[in-house]
Amino acid sequence: MRTDPRRPAFTSRTAQPGVVPLSSLGPGEHGVVVRLDGGQGLLGRMTALGFTPGADVTIVQNFGRGPLIVRVRDARVALGRGEAGRVYVRRGSG
Amino acid sequence: MSTCHTVQADAARPQVAERAVLVALAGQPNVGKSTLFNLLTGLNQHVGNWPGKTVERKEGLFTLNGATCRLVDLPGTYSLTANSAEEVIAREFIIRERPDVVIALVDAAILERSLYLVAELISLPAPVIVALNMMDVARQEGVQIEPEVLEAALGVPVVPMVATRREGVQKLLETVDRVIRGEFPYRPRPPQVRADHQEILEEIRGLIAGHVPEPYPCEWVALKLLEGDREITRMMQERLPPEQWEAVHQVLRAHDDALVAVASGRYEWIGRMVRAAVTRPRAGQIGLTERLDRWATHPFWGLVVLAGILGLVFWLTYAVGTPLQDLLDRYGISVLADLARRGLLGRAAWLADLVADGVIGGVGAMLTFLPILVIFFAVMGILEDVGYLARAAYVMDGFMHLMGLHGKSFLPLFLGFGCNVPAVLGTRVIESRRARLLTLLLAPLVPCTARMAVIAFLAPAFFGPAATLVSWGLILLALVVMALSGVLINRTLFRGQRAAFIMELPLYHLPNWRTIGLLVWQRSLAFVRKAGTLILAVSVGVWALSTFPGGGVEESFLAQLGRWLEPAGRLMGMDWRLVVALLTGFVAKENAIATLGVLFGMGGGEGLARVLASAYPASTALAFLVAEMLFIPCIATVGAIRQETGSWGWTLFDVGLLLVLSFLGGAGVYQLARLAGL
Repeated sequence: MRTDPRRPAFTSRTAQPGVVPLSSLGPGEHGVVVRLDGGQGLLGRMTALGFTPGADVTIVQNFGRGPLIVRVRDARVALGRGEAGRVYVRRGSG
Repeated sequence: MSTCHTVQADAARPQVAERAVLVALAGQPNVGKSTLFNLLTGLNQHVGNWPGKTVERKEGLFTLNGATCRLVDLPGTYSLTANSAEEVIAREFIIRERPDVVIALVDAAILERSLYLVAELISLPAPVIVALNMMDVARQEGVQIEPEVLEAALGVPVVPMVATRREGVQKLLETVDRVIRGEFPYRPRPPQVRADHQEILEEIRGLIAGHVPEPYPCEWVALKLLEGDREITRMMQERLPPEQWEAVHQVLRAHDDALVAVASGRYEWIGRMVRAAVTRPRAGQIGLTERLDRWATHPFWGLVVLAGILGLVFWLTYAVGTPLQDLLDRYGISVLADLARRGLLGRAAWLADLVADGVIGGVGAMLTFLPILVIFFAVMGILEDVGYLARAAYVMDGFMHLMGLHGKSFLPLFLGFGCNVPAVLGTRVIESRRARLLTLLLAPLVPCTARMAVIAFLAPAFFGPAATLVSWGLILLALVVMALSGVLINRTLFRGQRAAFIMELPLYHLPNWRTIGLLVWQRSLAFVRKAGTLILAVSVGVWALSTFPGGGVEESFLAQLGRWLEPAGRLMGMDWRLVVALLTGFVAKENAIATLGVLFGMGGGEGLARVLASAYPASTALAFLVAEMLFIPCIATVGAIRQETGSWGWTLFDVGLLLVLSFLGGAGVYQLARLAGL
């Protein structure tokens, strides 16, 4: 629930600085998965395809609309924008 | 272990010594499973369906030291958690059939991700051999893997291979042999649940002890419960006394993050397994796949590429397929029909008619489709094998969403241009039930080759040089109707919910001709089999309906039915003969031509086209083609829809919808065409 317009809406679990949805990263940028949102079915498929906390994800293609292409655990995976918004990453990695 | 299961003796399990060696082939999608399967079994294979499912089941034979072994190809899955029918089939097979060996094929270039399935397989009660495929691709990507080191870490045999070049196959067979003989020190080190969830797992194990049905391993059932697996949850809910299930349920509810924790645990395990075995100087070079994808997955250029490929497919179909079809008809079927008539000279006239028109005419018309179908199967096989189909799904996702569909819906619908049956069966790639159902319902609106053949036959006769334009117009109309129906059904019945879109984009690679050849062969064979029985029966049936009770076609049962429906046909400008032709299309679309041939007392070919062109005005022809385009699909497609939806309700809904659409379309076009003076 967004009450104060100046403050971004964080749930208690997302209140971590530097943690953004995967869909907000641009091409070539990468991040480390911190958290996944979603139902059992979606999570089952996401984790099997390599999206687990600690996984390094690189954006291959993101035109700001439509699905994204990311590289995760050496595989290229196409991801709907909605799905990519449920993967929270810490921007950049060592 | 004995306290863990419901009381049941082990005697029911088949004795290993008594049966042929059973080997299962498991692996994630796109790791080259078909290539290896074909390599091991050659033509010794049988394609069918898994019992009660519409998932393709391939089984074959191969010889090992002179003994014949069975090889079962398990469906390609990323994990063994019940997200779709495929995962359930794969794990049920291993747990229930207890194969002597499971060959787990992994992609060396995507080692960690493809070992995820191994992390699940290795916990099941069957010995696993890891076949490290695509070693050449891994080397190209700059990844060095030491199989012996990986083998030592996993405690199970690891065989490096390049299946496309047959490298490592001999070694794999030797390893299978060694494992079966017990010569390999098989000491798997399966992943353990992370410490923070270990206690919970123990608690669940304690709660379900004594209630787990044979042959499920207790540890595994407890883990699947923790992961929230739908099938296993349902199974244990049925087995456990209510108060005990409540206790399990409480534990699970308190740890609803366990799924991600368990999956992370598996990847951590994989990380430990590969750490010593893999060295990778991250080259960061731009590979062929990335370069091609700059075009193929671009929001604009991707569509251009797709349109180009579609155009090429159709050009190929008409440039190569249609002439072949004509040749087959002219020098095969017609000659055969003449021979039959000559051979039956002096017998009853109806017998000659039955054989020449009913049998040879009907089956022949069907067989002449083979060239086109072979081309379609081959092209689809190539596009899929090369890795392009996933890109097509990617670029079409946005558009498909407008109809409430999924990017993956594009593949099956596109297959529908070949034949609606594979389109309906192909919807299995869509995980979301809703998107899948909608795709199934819309699939019959994609103009299949059989309908295109009817159009290709009639359009030139009626519209001469404008035939191509009319054909494209009809295709466009069908697709627009499909899109509008999709939007409508999605908005009303499904309330605009959308499906998740997650899909792997495999590396591009050269097609494997052997795999594609076998695929084309198997699909074509299935088609001919269908033609041999169903189409023959209907062809003879239509012939009988049009011959009896005697007094010529005009007085036949078929004509009576057509006349009874003629008032509806009139609104579309059709007489009873065209109505009958439309109706017989229910059995197989191309029957429309064969029926007209019978009704006008002549075979196919240009003669019939000329007669038809002089018998009907262009407006009627146009209405007929539109109605044919949108009419209820052939019986095979209806059967497939029934099978895939598992519901007569949805099947009848679809048939009803298409009947209404085709009637409205036909009547609307006829009235418009009349206004336009056609």
